[in-house]
Amino acid sequence: MAVRLDKSWIPLNDENVAKLAAHLGVYQLANDDGEILYIGMAGARSLFGLKGELKTALEEPPAGVTQFRIEVNMSYRTRRLELLQTYMHDHGELPAANTDIDANSIGRLRPG
Amino acid sequence: MDLSLTEEQKLIVEMVKRFVRDEVAPLEDSLDPDEDTLPPEQFDKLVAKTKEMGLYGLGIPPEYGGPEVDITTNTLIAIEYSQHRAGLYAPCYGAFGGAGLAQMFEATEEQKEKYLYPTLRGEMKTFFGLSEPSGGSDPARAIQTRAVRDGDEWVINGSKLWISGADQADYGLLFARTNPKEGRGGVTCFIVETHWPGFNVRRIVHTLRQARHATEIQMEDLRVPHTNILGVEGGGFAIANDRLTRQRIPYAAACLGPAFKAHEMAIEYSQIRETFGAALSSRQGIQWMLVENEIDLRTARWFVLDAAAKADRGDDFRTEAAICKLVASEAAGRVIDRSMQIHGGLGVAKDLPFERWYREIRIRRIGEGPSEVQKHIIARDILGAGLR
Repeated sequence: MAVRLDKSWIPLNDENVAKLAAHLGVYQLANDDGEILYIGMAGARSLFGLKGELKTALEEPPAGVTQFRIEVNMSYRTRRLELLQTYMHDHGELPAANTDIDANSIGRLRPG
Repeated sequence: MDLSLTEEQKLIVEMVKRFVRDEVAPLEDSLDPDEDTLPPEQFDKLVAKTKEMGLYGLGIPPEYGGPEVDITTNTLIAIEYSQHRAGLYAPCYGAFGGAGLAQMFEATEEQKEKYLYPTLRGEMKTFFGLSEPSGGSDPARAIQTRAVRDGDEWVINGSKLWISGADQADYGLLFARTNPKEGRGGVTCFIVETHWPGFNVRRIVHTLRQARHATEIQMEDLRVPHTNILGVEGGGFAIANDRLTRQRIPYAAACLGPAFKAHEMAIEYSQIRETFGAALSSRQGIQWMLVENEIDLRTARWFVLDAAAKADRGDDFRTEAAICKLVASEAAGRVIDRSMQIHGGLGVAKDLPFERWYREIRIRRIGEGPSEVQKHIIARDILGAGLR
């Protein structure tokens, strides 16, 4: 499994969210230019998993969000952490809408 | 052998049992089923309680501020404090503190000042870098990471796999080959800081567990001062081996915590759950599963406490440590599996802790030396040191 999530972006709209299943996993939200604005997860307490999380994102999107991509993954906690650490490595800060996380607490990764 | 508890041990066990039941387990109702950390305010509250109980800093020698408990009492505590959902890999979410790296107590005073004391104060996190892609159970032969002396420094190149928490750590112990011509005598232990150039955590290795996750690290021309050797040059194998032996008793004890809890839950559920007009507990098929659980748990507990008692007496406990690790990790897996079966569909849902325990306990048959290596150690003891 690649460290970076490199799937194609999907427009965040009713039609595309309706196609999602209630899997556990991770997701990224981005603007029109594909700049990642939020990295989230659908854990075991997420109602309807990724579908539920993306539905919430559609109803209350962080500023600038127009697209999303997902990865179904039972290791949603460590996978999300890895994606956050990778973003920190690449950009020196967390995605703009991940304001609920302390950047000093997530650890360090230097993916090749 | 008398394995009855002293009055003090009974009181401690009861106190820890109440702590887990009343303070820790209720928090898990609102946490993600795979959570391994608590919000700071909840964590601080738990730490205040373990300090109040006089049990904060388990594993830290009393001369360094740890509680005055022997290995047997420590083992009894480990069986109790792991009896909750996160208990196998995050017992009480770390509220009992701990030593971090026990090997650091053998460090020089300068090394202790820089690394050990801040760790004991909770200011630094650590990792233990032994296993490599080439293996972890046979460090004398498997270690390929190379350290070459360059003046007052060593230059390290190589990679390590399955290293827990290296991405979160401030420093750790890294084992490297300093003399390729020697087996055991060619391995040296270095204290390395994770922010140094050339130390790279490449990825998280996603496994059955999400708590205390594993990582893969690479060293590329990592320069380490000669003064950061722990112990002596060529003395790394003894440090690694000592850790592997010591670690087996608490490792085995912690396996039993979730298994005891799973068994307790299975007994309770079997008495309230009715099928075809009668309680599950009235069915012989269920009774036998519970009986097998009971036998597994009593057997494993005996071996674990026997090893702890031997260690407390100062006897050689290498074989006993291998036996208890082997028996406890395998018995706990069977107990959790049967308890899950008794719970039916509920057993596999994330609503209950069985599915987490089921995933995590599987790792325990491999971690800290797989069952087959434990058998090899026991066979070597029976048949003589000449066995390869």
